[in-house]
Amino acid sequence: MSLLVVTSPHAHGNLSTAKVMRTVLLATIPGVAVLTYYFGPGTLINLVLGAAFAVLCESLALWLRGQPLRPFLSDYSALVTSTLLCIALPPYAPWWLLLVGVASSILMAKHLYGGLGYNPFNPAMVGYVVLLISFPLQMSSWAPPRPLADDVPGFMDAFTAVFSASSYDGVTMATPLDLMRQNAGMLLDDLYEQTPQFGSYGGIGWEAANIAFLLGGLWLLYKRVFTWHAPIAMLVAIALCAALFYDEGSSQSGGSPLFHLLSGATMFGAFFIITDPVSSAVSNRGRLIFGALIGVIVYTIRVGGNYPDAVAFAVLVANFAAPFIDNYTQPTAYGTAKGKQQ
Amino acid sequence: MRRPHDFHGGIYPLERKELSNQREIRRAKISRQLVLPISQHIGPPAKVTVSTGDRVLGGQRLTDLSGLPVHAPTSGTITAIEDRPIPHVSGMLGRCIVLDTDGEDTWIDLDPVADYRGADPQKLIDRLFEAGIAGLGGAGFPAARKLPRAGGNGPETLIINGTECEPYITADDLLMREQAHRIVEGIDILAHIAEPKEVLIGIEDNKPEAIAAMKQAVGDRDHWEVVVFPTKYPSGGEKQLIEILTGKQVPSGGLPAHIGILCQNVGTAVAVRDAIVDGRPLVSRVTTVTGESATDRGNFDVLLGTPMRDLLEQADYQPTKPQRLVMGGPMMGFTMPSDECPIVKTTNCLLVPGKGELADPAAAQACIRCGMCAEACPAELLPQQLYWFARSKDLERLEEHHLFDCIECGACSYVCPSRIPLVQYYRASKAAVREHQAETMKAEQARERFEARQERMERLAAEKEAKRAARKRAAMAKAADKTDGEDPIKAAIERAQAKKAAQMAAGASANDDVEKRKKIEARLSKAREKLAADDGSDPTITAALQKAVATTEQKLAELPEPSAADSADSSGADAQRQKIEVRLSKAREKLAADDGSNPTVTAALEKAVATTEAKLDALAGKDEAVS
Repeated sequence: MSLLVVTSPHAHGNLSTAKVMRTVLLATIPGVAVLTYYFGPGTLINLVLGAAFAVLCESLALWLRGQPLRPFLSDYSALVTSTLLCIALPPYAPWWLLLVGVASSILMAKHLYGGLGYNPFNPAMVGYVVLLISFPLQMSSWAPPRPLADDVPGFMDAFTAVFSASSYDGVTMATPLDLMRQNAGMLLDDLYEQTPQFGSYGGIGWEAANIAFLLGGLWLLYKRVFTWHAPIAMLVAIALCAALFYDEGSSQSGGSPLFHLLSGATMFGAFFIITDPVSSAVSNRGRLIFGALIGVIVYTIRVGGNYPDAVAFAVLVANFAAPFIDNYTQPTAYGTAKGKQQ
Repeated sequence: MRRPHDFHGGIYPLERKELSNQREIRRAKISRQLVLPISQHIGPPAKVTVSTGDRVLGGQRLTDLSGLPVHAPTSGTITAIEDRPIPHVSGMLGRCIVLDTDGEDTWIDLDPVADYRGADPQKLIDRLFEAGIAGLGGAGFPAARKLPRAGGNGPETLIINGTECEPYITADDLLMREQAHRIVEGIDILAHIAEPKEVLIGIEDNKPEAIAAMKQAVGDRDHWEVVVFPTKYPSGGEKQLIEILTGKQVPSGGLPAHIGILCQNVGTAVAVRDAIVDGRPLVSRVTTVTGESATDRGNFDVLLGTPMRDLLEQADYQPTKPQRLVMGGPMMGFTMPSDECPIVKTTNCLLVPGKGELADPAAAQACIRCGMCAEACPAELLPQQLYWFARSKDLERLEEHHLFDCIECGACSYVCPSRIPLVQYYRASKAAVREHQAETMKAEQARERFEARQERMERLAAEKEAKRAARKRAAMAKAADKTDGEDPIKAAIERAQAKKAAQMAAGASANDDVEKRKKIEARLSKAREKLAADDGSDPTITAALQKAVATTEQKLAELPEPSAADSADSSGADAQRQKIEVRLSKAREKLAADDGSNPTVTAALEKAVATTEAKLDALAGKDEAVS
């Protein structure tokens, strides 16, 4: 009788790419919930619409490349890309902005480079940067958070906003990061006191969202989806930079470490964006450098640059550096360490 | 108590040891036919010393000692010595001695060592080799070869491996539970031979009965310790176990002996004991039969050479379709091409999984560089990078990333969410690198050979030149000696005389020429006469005569004209040139006339033209040099 001939190992841990991707999607729930609470249903609409576009783009690309649809659609990777991009986009962004963003992510950053596993750049961040450079106005229109808004839009208003021909003309408000950068001459204490957006540390809504994404990230760490190296390095680097240039809250201050940790896309970036394994450094030591590099660049652009947030640019620059970092951070293999052989 | 160290990575697969560790070791039935591969170990096989039709007894050696020997596990008749399927990763056939058993199990007279403590260690080592003991843990390295030679440096530490980290396998577990004293006796012998400073017996904490039995058997021996450490795959790998027990790492590309460590498996220790105390060679081993396709699972003391099917049947084997038969565990074991493969010295387990028990082979998805493999790798490699380099056949970077430190434990493949058969890529890459190295070495040797030859030729030429120079110097010195101390006037006279003599000689040579000419002319006229006299009856003679005339004419033409001795050289050259030119034009005409029907003819003509042209050129060059 014929026997089955297969190579070892015969056992498998039953982990699958789809499972990993699903876990990441689940981990975004707390953050999305907080964003929805503070800024209304805009983010949710982003997510649903983005997911639809993502499936469309992915199918189109697979069809053009002559690849089977099912195995690739069912690995959820397109969905993860669109979800991460759509969380980063301002709520109530017009539908075409989402389409351009998702298409750039999936068609350009992912499939033009050879599909899943081959993209040198984080697809979601490529989409984000394309939009940021092409449509700066739409990209910097953040709705005011719940306590400050006259009323948070309901679903109907939101749909009208997303699908109207003109761009969303609802009230928008400068984000705390904008305010901090534009601050000229006010002591930080005064700034916090006089500007309602700031809240206690990172801005109303923003601090809560950051904490929520932090929780989601910690859960992923617990689930061993990624290692702690890159996120912690990034957060420590940001905190160190902020502490270094805090200047005791003077008018020249870049903002406190807590402000930077809990504002903008810090936690979301640290746990959901820079942990994208494909485009990051591969060894743990490499990931420490990779994360720290992103942290430093984020701080630099936030304080000295002209964009609402800096995570996307920092990630792309670090993506460039990743192969170089890999080259110099190969781990010490068993039996090659000195001092372990006497 | 020694605190065990940890090693990097590792995984926690389902152990499923309970499938086979519930029953005591059973003695398997003697099969009607045993198939004994001559190569059951790492290293060259020995030569077969029996032939078909020979009757052999149990314990009788069937090969010589040019490799690790194989013995008859029981009495019977040799019925064939031929290639049969053997358990090997490649699934290849191997030379086997086929023994039809007679069921009487008659044995040769065994020759035990009465008191090994008084015996010469080297003699004991030879005994172990003669008993055919290969490491029973899985790799099958001849146990005697690991032991220190007489006068060599012995190990500091003797490590006995009772880890058995592979899921499913319980052979060592049961052996330790039931035969702890025999194991300890074997270790005593190994310790007597190797004289280590300490003996460490490593066991994973999932075998409490075995631990208790071993501790009890070890008793209060000094510098012995049973070290228990947490269960994690692959802590039983030799390198990993060494790190767990000592904190040291075997240097990359090196051996445990390089850091003063000797490692043997518990099963090997029993074989050592049997070989010395009973004088019994290695003819059986304990093998686990497990997996859901066998319902009466457990451990069997089975004769080497027993066909796997026979052993499986004793465990109530009910194959599913398709059935997988794995020799070894689910992590590092490999599938058998046939259940007729025999049990060999390294068969620690036969695993026959039921439907869905082990992962079905699945299509690999794209690598997303998640890095879980790097987290799992006990050798601290970057498996995903190795995978990309393997895909792009980047041999240099593969080696740079320590491909050869991979122990093929399969932890990376186990955790890979994309189901990439990583280990398979590394095996293939290792083969590719080895092949490449062999080629490079060949090329390198060829280059060295060439360079050595070149050097030799140059040296010879230089020696020749040096000799020539020495002769010249000697001659000059001699000449100088002569002139020294002589009258300059006399020397001048001598020089003048020499000059005169030279002139005379030249004149003589001119006379010679004249003489020669006369002779040739005479010859020519004779030849012409003969030719004229020839009646043409024999064409060959005519042709020969014609040729003789022609050659003589040519010779004559080549001689310098006596009347114009001063211009002889140049006029001779002119004549030669004219002749060659004529020849060239003729050759060219022929070539032009050639219809090209016969390529060899055309080629010959072309060559003739070319050589003639070259001659002409050479002549012109000479002329230029002269002028």
